Amino acid sequence: MSETRPGNYRIVDHAYDVVVVGAGGSGLRATLGMGAGGLRTACVTKVFPTRSHTVAAQGGIGAALGNMAEDNWRWHMYDTVKGSDWLGDQDAIEFMCREAESAVMELEHFGVPFSRTEDGKIYQRPFGGHMSEYGKTPVARACAAADRTGHAILHTLYQQCLKHRVDFYVEYYVLDLIMDESGACRGIVAWCLDDGSIHRFSAKTVVLATGGYGRAFQSCTSAHSCTGDGGGLAMRAGVPTQDMEFVQFHPTGIFPAGCLLTEGCRGEGGYLTNGEGERFMERYAPTAKDLASRDVVSRAMTIEINEGRGCGPKKDHIMLHLEHLGPELLHQRLPGISETARIFAGVDVTREPAPVLPTVHYNMGGVPTNLHGEVLRPTEDDPDRVVPGLMAVGEAACVSVHGANRLGTNSLLDLIVFGRAAGKRAAELIDPTVPVPPLPQGAGDEIIARFDRLRHAEGRFSVAELRERLQRTMQSHAAVFRNTRSLAEGCEKIRTLWKDAAHMGLADRSLIWNSDLMEALEFFNLLANATVTIESAHARHETRGAHAHDDYPERDDTHWMKHTVSYLDDDGEVSLLYRPVRMQTLTDEVDVFPPKKRVY
Amino acid sequence: MVELSLPKNSTPRPGKFHPAPSDAKRKAVFQIYRWSPDDDENPCLDSYELDLDKVGPMVLDALLYIKDHIDASLTFRRSCREGICGSCAMNIDGENTLACLKPISAIKGTIRINPLPHMPVVKDLVPNLNGAYAQLESIQPWLKSDTPPPPDTERLQSIEEREKLDGMWECILCFCCSTSCPSYWWNGDRYLGPATLLAANRWIMDSRDDHTGERLAALDDSMKLYGCRTIMNCTQTCPKGLNPAKAIANIKKLQVERE
Repeated sequence: MSETRPGNYRIVDHAYDVVVVGAGGSGLRATLGMGAGGLRTACVTKVFPTRSHTVAAQGGIGAALGNMAEDNWRWHMYDTVKGSDWLGDQDAIEFMCREAESAVMELEHFGVPFSRTEDGKIYQRPFGGHMSEYGKTPVARACAAADRTGHAILHTLYQQCLKHRVDFYVEYYVLDLIMDESGACRGIVAWCLDDGSIHRFSAKTVVLATGGYGRAFQSCTSAHSCTGDGGGLAMRAGVPTQDMEFVQFHPTGIFPAGCLLTEGCRGEGGYLTNGEGERFMERYAPTAKDLASRDVVSRAMTIEINEGRGCGPKKDHIMLHLEHLGPELLHQRLPGISETARIFAGVDVTREPAPVLPTVHYNMGGVPTNLHGEVLRPTEDDPDRVVPGLMAVGEAACVSVHGANRLGTNSLLDLIVFGRAAGKRAAELIDPTVPVPPLPQGAGDEIIARFDRLRHAEGRFSVAELRERLQRTMQSHAAVFRNTRSLAEGCEKIRTLWKDAAHMGLADRSLIWNSDLMEALEFFNLLANATVTIESAHARHETRGAHAHDDYPERDDTHWMKHTVSYLDDDGEVSLLYRPVRMQTLTDEVDVFPPKKRVY
Repeated sequence: MVELSLPKNSTPRPGKFHPAPSDAKRKAVFQIYRWSPDDDENPCLDSYELDLDKVGPMVLDALLYIKDHIDASLTFRRSCREGICGSCAMNIDGENTLACLKPISAIKGTIRINPLPHMPVVKDLVPNLNGAYAQLESIQPWLKSDTPPPPDTERLQSIEEREKLDGMWECILCFCCSTSCPSYWWNGDRYLGPATLLAANRWIMDSRDDHTGERLAALDDSMKLYGCRTIMNCTQTCPKGLNPAKAIANIKKLQVERE
C-alpha cells in the first residue's frame, strides 16, 4: 500500500490477486472461494455486506433435493429452459441445476438456518414454474428459511467471510475499471466514503458482483442501492451487456409501495383474484394456475386490469389471498411478509387479502459471461471471446441461465453456483506466487478527472430530477407490455436525457459521505443500463419471456432465438449485435430440450 | 460530581428553517440533526416543513423527499426501504428505529430525527458503526463444529431444535438495540451490547454448533456480558420485534448452570 496526493485527492494504492466488487450473495461466495483458494482477495462494496439486496430474497433457493417428494435435476433443468422461453444457454443451465444440490448442502454446512421437515431435513416449498416430470405438476423445490431465505444466506456468507478473515473495503464506491491498451482489465478506482480518499486497486482479476438495476424504474421491489453499477462500469470500459430487454416484473409487489411479497405465498397455497372475485389464473394457466412462471402471471394480471377487472375504486390492482391458510402456517412459514403487508398496506393477511401489482424485480440481462464467470466481449467472428482479467457473477452477469424469464429461486441459486464457479476458475487462472503487475502509467487519471468534474458540476438539473425522468420513462415505455410506437418514444426520451444529463448540477461538493455525488454516479450507471434496455427492446421484434410485444405477439425462433449484445458509447449511442443461444448440453447425461410452445 | 453537560463542540445550535409551500394543507416539521466533518462548526438542527400530501407514509419517505426536492446535501444511509437491510437506523422521536418502518402519522408534533445515540458521527445521520461491527466479529459468529458434515447431505436438525433459533437469526444488525442501552453508552468499549450478545446466543443455541462451552467461557466477563444491567431498552426499541434482553438472560442462566 502506498500513498500519493495529486491535486486535491489523497490516493492510496493497493495490489491484490482478485478484487471483487460487491458483497451480496454472489460477491461474498466468490470472495470466499478465492480467499480460501489461496488468492489475496479484496471485497470492495458500497454498502456493509449484510445490507446488500440479497438480504431481501424471501422464498427459497432452488435445488432438486427431493426432501418433500421425488425430484430430479433434469426436471429442474427442463423447467429453467422452459422458463427462459428457450433463450437460456442449455449447457449453463445444466451446470447450474446439477450443482444446485451440492451448493445448497454447502450453505447448510456453513450454518444457514434452513427451516426443517419432520425428519430434520431442509424444508422445501413449491414455487412458480417448478414442476415434476418435465412440466406435469408443481413440485416442492425451493429450499427455504421461513420467508427470509436471502437474509439467512447473506448473513451466513458474511459470517464465513469473517471466519476466513477476508479483506473488506466497506462503503467504498467503485468509480471505474482500469483497462489497458490490449483491452484487459487491470484493476479499479474506488472512492472511500468514510474519509474521502481515492483508492487505486491493481488486480490480476476483477469480479463484478454488483447486482441489478431495478432502480431504473419508478416502481420496483429493488433496494435504492440496485443501480446497475457493474453494467455501467463494464459499458464505460467498452465491455457489452447482454439480453438487457428482459426485465422481470414480479407479480406480487405490494400496491402501491412496491415491496415484495414472495412467490412462496402462492407456493404455500395463496391465490390471486380480480375485481370480480374470480381466480383468473385458472383461465391463463390451467395446470400451474397461480404457480405459472412470473412473466405469465404478470401478463395475466395486467390484462385483467387493462380489461377493467382490477380491484379497488380505481380498479388498478389485484388481490392476493392468504387468509385461508390460517394464522399458524402464516406465522411459521411466512412471518416476514405478514409483517410487510401489515406495515406497508395496513393489511392483516390472516383476515383479508393484500393488494398487489406486477412490479419490476429482476434483470435477466447483464454482463455476458461463460459458465466459469469470465466476461465475454463478443464479436461477429467470435461470439465467446473472453475479456482478460474480468469476471462477473450474480444478477450483474448474464451467463445466461435465465434467458428471457427467470424462475423464482433460481436467482439465489445462480449467485451461489456461479460465485463458486468463478472462485474455482480464478484459482486455476491465477498464480498467487507471481507479483501483481504494476498498473500502466497514469492509470486512473482520467477516472479521477471524471469524478472531479462531476463533483463540481454546476448545471441546472438536479440528480433527483434527472433520475425521476429516467424512472418515469422506463416505467411507461418498457413495461409488462410493449409496442413499437411506445418503445420508439421511450428511446427518444432517453436520448434527450443524455443531453440534459450533461447539465447536471450538484449541491454538495464535499468528499466525505457525499451522497449527492454518489447518487450522481449511480444515476449515470442507471442511465447506461436503461439505454441499452430500451434500445434492445425496441430492436427485438417478437414476444419472448418477459419481453411481451403487442405488435409481434408470437415467439419467433427462426429470427430471434439469439442473445442481444449491446455496446454503448460515451455519447449514449447503442450498437447491437447478436450471438447464438447455446443449444447444447454439458454432458451426455441429459439431452437438449428443443423449443416448443410454452404452456403452464 | 458527574459532568452532565455536553462538551462545548457537540452542543447543537439552531439551524435553518425551510417552510412548506403556502398551498400546503397537511403540514409537519422535521427537525434533523446536521453535522459536517468539513468545517469546525458545531452540529445544528435544521427544520424542514413538508406538505404531507406530497410525501410517502414513512419517515424515510420524508427524508428522501427532503434530499430530492429541498436539500440534496442531507446525508443518511438507506437501501431496501422495507426493514430488512438495517441501513436507515436512526433516532426518531426519541426512539431508535428504522426510518423505513416508522410511519410519519405515528408521531405527534415536530418530528425530531437524530443519529443513533452515542456513536461517533461521520456526517449528519450517518454514524460510525465500526466498533459495533468489530464486537460482532469478536464473538466469532460462525458455525463451529468438530464433526465434519455428511459429504452429500445436510446436517439433520429437528423442527424443535431449529425453532430455538427463531427470534435471533432474524437480526438485521441495525444496532438500534445496542445504541439504546445506557450501559452500552457508558461502557460500549467493554460491554458487547445486546446486538452482539443476541448473535452469540444464536450460535450457543444452534444444535449444529459444538463450541457452546468455549463460547460461554469467552463471554464470562464482568463487562462483556455482565455489562447488561437488565434495563431492557434493547427489547423495547428493536424494530424487528426481537428480544435481545431474553437472549442475554439465557446466556447468564447458562453461565450459572455451567458453574
